[in-house]
Amino acid sequence: MKQALRIAAQLALYVPLMALIGYFSSAPKFSPVGGNEALLRLSFIHAAPRKAPCRERSAEELAKLAPNMRAALDCPRERAPLLVELELDGKVVLRREVPPAGLKRDGNATLYHRLPVPAGKHRIAVRLRERPGAGFDYAREATVELAPGRVLLIDFVAAQGGFLFRL
Amino acid sequence: MLRHLGALGFLLFWLLAASGITLYIRFDTSVASAYQSIGELEWWFGGVLRSMHRYAADAFVIVVLAHLIRELAAGRFRGFRAFSWISGVPLLWLMYASGIVGYWLVWDTRAQFSALATAEWLYGAGIGAEPMARNFLGAEQISDRLFSLFVFLHIGLPLALLAGMWVHVQRLGRPATVAPRARALGAIALLAVLALAQPVLSQARWDPGAVPPAISIDWFLQFAHPLMYATSPAALWALTLGATALLVALPWLARRPRPAVAVVSAENCNGCGRCVADCPYEAIRLTGRRAEVLAERCAACGICAGACPSSTPFRSVAELVSGIDLPELTVHDLRRQLQAALAARPESVVFRCEYAKGACAGGDISLRCLAMLPPSFIEYALRHGARRVQAIGCRVGECKWRLGLELSAERFAGAREPHLRANVRATRLNDAYTFALR
Repeated sequence: MKQALRIAAQLALYVPLMALIGYFSSAPKFSPVGGNEALLRLSFIHAAPRKAPCRERSAEELAKLAPNMRAALDCPRERAPLLVELELDGKVVLRREVPPAGLKRDGNATLYHRLPVPAGKHRIAVRLRERPGAGFDYAREATVELAPGRVLLIDFVAAQGGFLFRL
Repeated sequence: MLRHLGALGFLLFWLLAASGITLYIRFDTSVASAYQSIGELEWWFGGVLRSMHRYAADAFVIVVLAHLIRELAAGRFRGFRAFSWISGVPLLWLMYASGIVGYWLVWDTRAQFSALATAEWLYGAGIGAEPMARNFLGAEQISDRLFSLFVFLHIGLPLALLAGMWVHVQRLGRPATVAPRARALGAIALLAVLALAQPVLSQARWDPGAVPPAISIDWFLQFAHPLMYATSPAALWALTLGATALLVALPWLARRPRPAVAVVSAENCNGCGRCVADCPYEAIRLTGRRAEVLAERCAACGICAGACPSSTPFRSVAELVSGIDLPELTVHDLRRQLQAALAARPESVVFRCEYAKGACAGGDISLRCLAMLPPSFIEYALRHGARRVQAIGCRVGECKWRLGLELSAERFAGAREPHLRANVRATRLNDAYTFALR
């Protein structure tokens, strides 16, 4: 009798636990974006030009260096930060300065930005500045029809002319 | 069940390992065929074994969190237990990481959601020279090598978890890593029933051009993803790192004065090693031919004094000094209390663990632990006029010092040194023993 009660008590603990596992293992469902929303992803890896060009070292400068360090050119490694601007239907929704990676600030600048947007037709403009100064070096503008649940990926590949829109 | 949470955790880990290795035989580690290779599994293989693998992972999370909460509620995290507590904290990270990466192998929309959410979270902390999420953005970025990484992680992280579990129990004597057979079989059977009743299914295939509208996520393992989207990656980092720091700091934040630890009497220790064998926290070692107490590990439970062959009240010395003893409650104090009890009330002598249920009566002799009582004290009481001797411990399975009842039971049954002599009969009723001369 006592053994039966013990088994019943164990079952009373185990069965609700299993029901709990069975339910929360796959429910309730989660929607990362709203039912009538699409997703815009702006992501790129790009190395801006060096901040300063290479210059030739003078004979005096070379003489001051150790013999194994006497490179004719002095090339500062630091790159300029990128300035990125994303405009959606005439409104700037992202404006960010993206610094180059690395202790010497000589690596790639990287960006990943996720933006849920209402589904439908949108005028999207994206711009990038890679050199200090005013204005932008790259820009692209397009009208895009975004269906609910679809993703627009905006990438940047300088070799392919700049921004790429991938639906 | 609640008394075996740690052991159930080990059971579920081995169940996960066995089912995972079996599933891996049929798994195709390529972008083109991973999803399909899981979908093609037969009902008995894909349906039951895969479901058991997944439900066991969920049960593992529940058991581990329940284990944590139970130890926290019982205050078993400070002092000499700090090592076990702190070494358990990284296991939480490894458990979640192992489980989350496992979902990516299925390569369905749930995997897509989880992998991207994790990548966005890591990017939020600046981890990685490039945003990891870029690996998942388009079909052209995804190669079979990514699957090699997933598989490496889903094998490597559980192996690291296992190594961590081994470290976690290092400061425990006789760690309970094997669940009682009935409970183990019961847990496996119920997981199998659940797998049959509700087999897990893959979602639609990974589509980098779409955001899945409604995903059936596993809330036990993947709850952090919705939490991040409801707040921000920075908020999730603050929460997880804050919780981790709090758990690690808890032994110091809730520090309490520690009782005086056991001390060894060099003149009375013969280096027999019984105290080393019986210590529940691996706090004693033999150095040369003498016991040595590692103070930071000592719980001051007195079990070592109960194990020492020199802790016998029959010794004809005025000052009874044991080979190993608690300064705050020596074996000599126990003998003095016993002699006083025999003089005042010889009809009944009661030894009681101070954590035993029920009130301590006036004449009871209080012990730190039932296993602090050397069996020779029982025979001494019976031979010196006690008509009935009782020894009362904690509730079965609830020993404050883990092994007190177990060690006492073995000593009283003559299966462990120092044992109760054959001329004394011990009768057990739950957590209490009654002794009489034969």
